[in-house]
Amino acid sequence: MAYVAQKENFPGKVFEVTFGTDTKAVFGGQNALPFYAFEGSIPNRPLIAYEIQDITPDDWPEAVSSVYKDVSHDPVAWARFSQDELKAKAIALRLIGTHPDREDRTPAEAAKAVRDVLAVIKVPLIILGSNSIEKDGPVLIAAAEAASGRNCIIGKAQEANYKTIAAAAMANNHKLIAMSELDVNLAKQLNILISQMGLDKERIITDPMCSALGYGIEYTYSVSERIRLAALAQSDPAMQQPMLGDAGMHAWKVKESSAPESDIPAWGPEKERGIAWEAVTAGAVLLAGADILIMRHPEAVSSVEKFIDELMQDGGR
Amino acid sequence: MALSGIEIFKLLPKTNCKKCGHPTCLAFAMKLAQRQASIDLCPDVSEDSKRVLGDAAAPPVRPTVFGAGDNAVKMGEETVLFRHEKKFVNPCALAVEVKDTMQDDEISRILDDVLASGIDRVGQRLKIDAIFAGNASNDPASFEGLVKAVVAKAPDLPLVLSTSNPAAAEAALKIAADKKPILYGADDSNAEAMAKLAKTYKVILGVAAKGPEALSVLTEKIKGFGVEDMVIDHGGRTAAEILEGNVLLRRSAIKKNFKPLGYPVITFAQRDDSMLETLIASLGIAKYSSIVVLSSAERWKNIALFALRQNLYTDPQVPMQVEQKIYSVGEPAPESPLIITTNFSLTFFIVSGEIENSRVASRLAIMDCEGMSVLTAWAAGKFTAPKIAQFILESGIADQMKNKELIIPGYVAIISGALEEKLPGWKITIGPREANALPAFLKNWNK
Repeated sequence: MAYVAQKENFPGKVFEVTFGTDTKAVFGGQNALPFYAFEGSIPNRPLIAYEIQDITPDDWPEAVSSVYKDVSHDPVAWARFSQDELKAKAIALRLIGTHPDREDRTPAEAAKAVRDVLAVIKVPLIILGSNSIEKDGPVLIAAAEAASGRNCIIGKAQEANYKTIAAAAMANNHKLIAMSELDVNLAKQLNILISQMGLDKERIITDPMCSALGYGIEYTYSVSERIRLAALAQSDPAMQQPMLGDAGMHAWKVKESSAPESDIPAWGPEKERGIAWEAVTAGAVLLAGADILIMRHPEAVSSVEKFIDELMQDGGR
Repeated sequence: MALSGIEIFKLLPKTNCKKCGHPTCLAFAMKLAQRQASIDLCPDVSEDSKRVLGDAAAPPVRPTVFGAGDNAVKMGEETVLFRHEKKFVNPCALAVEVKDTMQDDEISRILDDVLASGIDRVGQRLKIDAIFAGNASNDPASFEGLVKAVVAKAPDLPLVLSTSNPAAAEAALKIAADKKPILYGADDSNAEAMAKLAKTYKVILGVAAKGPEALSVLTEKIKGFGVEDMVIDHGGRTAAEILEGNVLLRRSAIKKNFKPLGYPVITFAQRDDSMLETLIASLGIAKYSSIVVLSSAERWKNIALFALRQNLYTDPQVPMQVEQKIYSVGEPAPESPLIITTNFSLTFFIVSGEIENSRVASRLAIMDCEGMSVLTAWAAGKFTAPKIAQFILESGIADQMKNKELIIPGYVAIISGALEEKLPGWKITIGPREANALPAFLKNWNK
């Protein structure tokens, strides 16, 4: 019996999303499984956005907070640093200070942070709420208005608050992140509900909900694979949205990325461990289908970029 | 390709003699199709049918074991391309390379790292599984020296002996053949000599060729020399090549039951940049490698790869569970809070992680609910007031606490009254619904 290469061509493709105005960024657009360039077309490489926050983070481990110690008190300085020094291709501003359990900042304060950051960057911006179901609505309405005309990505819209946030994206011409909790059907349903409101389905980015390495990443991995297979094999328009991996936030929250080596010598030095935790979390969700990542540590970002370089070698041939 | 029940039925005697313990041949055929019975139970089946059934029943990726004793590594037996379809079976082995061109102290340091790599995580012992000994010098005497040194220092670790020089291979096999190693290095130029060695010393042969097609020709040739156990290398070294080769090999095996490529796959991840190496190894773990070869065993790298491997090789149909007990987060004092939740591993990880984030030392009572999350367990009658009360009372935790207070998940607020009745003298406090609200909750608790 002679060998016959089992290559597969899919009828469906992932929607391509472009955002930003000055320097634009684009992702999605492929008709193949992640990095399967040997049997399909992968026109764009996955995009990595650097995360910044509106208030000084008090919950980032030293290994990553120290990188930003001179700028993290000021989102404008932080955005400049990310764009100019770290060469960020996109920036994700998380308005974590608006959370009622943090500083409970007002929508107006959030809007100011957005305006100030947009005034100093050319790369595209992702605007994230604080993941407070009640607060994200008013915060993102104000933020979306402040960013009007800049073609941003805003989010995350969830089942309980998508109407307000989707309306804010529509009114100000932004793209929208729709997040559901690790469930293919819920992801699909949310995309349908949002497009029924009138937001073009090609303006949605699906967040299947990221998890950290060691803490349920297998769920994110398999849900992402299933969403992507539905997009490609079934051309399901409620599943063809590109996917977001909010990797940095989850990776830097777990014990393995923060416990000092002195506490657990068998785990090795915490700096490399933390970077590896973020890089492997990001790498795994990329292999499962993420098209855009939000990350924190520059060394994790550069390692993942090198990984993408190798995966995309001869890419799109 | 596996046969259907009806296809199997056609190969049986159709006498309904019941000697196999099943009422009819058709019932027996159905059991065979589900791999819940063995054809050996039928005394009357023809040898021809048996052979056909045997071939069809063999797993598409040949089961292969290397190493001996407790450290032996199982490979192959995979049946799917995506883990949501069915569990990935045998976790990818991690091997670290030593070479006969390295200084003795470097070899010794790497072996020390490998021997000390074991970590306990969610009830499993995770470690670097094997040593990959390379004959970079191509000199038989140097290779023999290396293998001697490895065997002396790490006698129980499974070994991959890597050389394309049959003389060096034989020198190494004389020392280590009883450890059931893999002899890696058969290619088109030395296939016959290497196959002869593998057969004589009864070891697994590692076979390399450029691309799946050439590889399939070579494995058939080697099989013709009488070698059955192989590990295969399609020659891809960059991430793109590894992915393409591994996907094409696995698809051939699973979708076409193409035997010449139905062997465990070895992947080489070594890079000068150890962080990039970690990502290349992740690719192997996620995408179908049975062995990944690394250049070093740094502890930070090990734990990241162990965690990924453990996560991706869990059974998607069976929730991972943690042991029922009362865990300490930080160093709880008598006045520290007691929080209860279920033993779904994800619930445990997220709740314990958020308690850690709060920096409030706490006791976390994890109750066996068969791996269900809080609401599911409550709905299924596993996380109810009587059962929680019984667990808390039998644990004897009250003796260590200043105030008898139990914090329950907000999602089961409804049971707080019943729980107060079942736990007389206890204060039941309703905690947040979602774990991410725990830090704020704990910081304000008892204030």
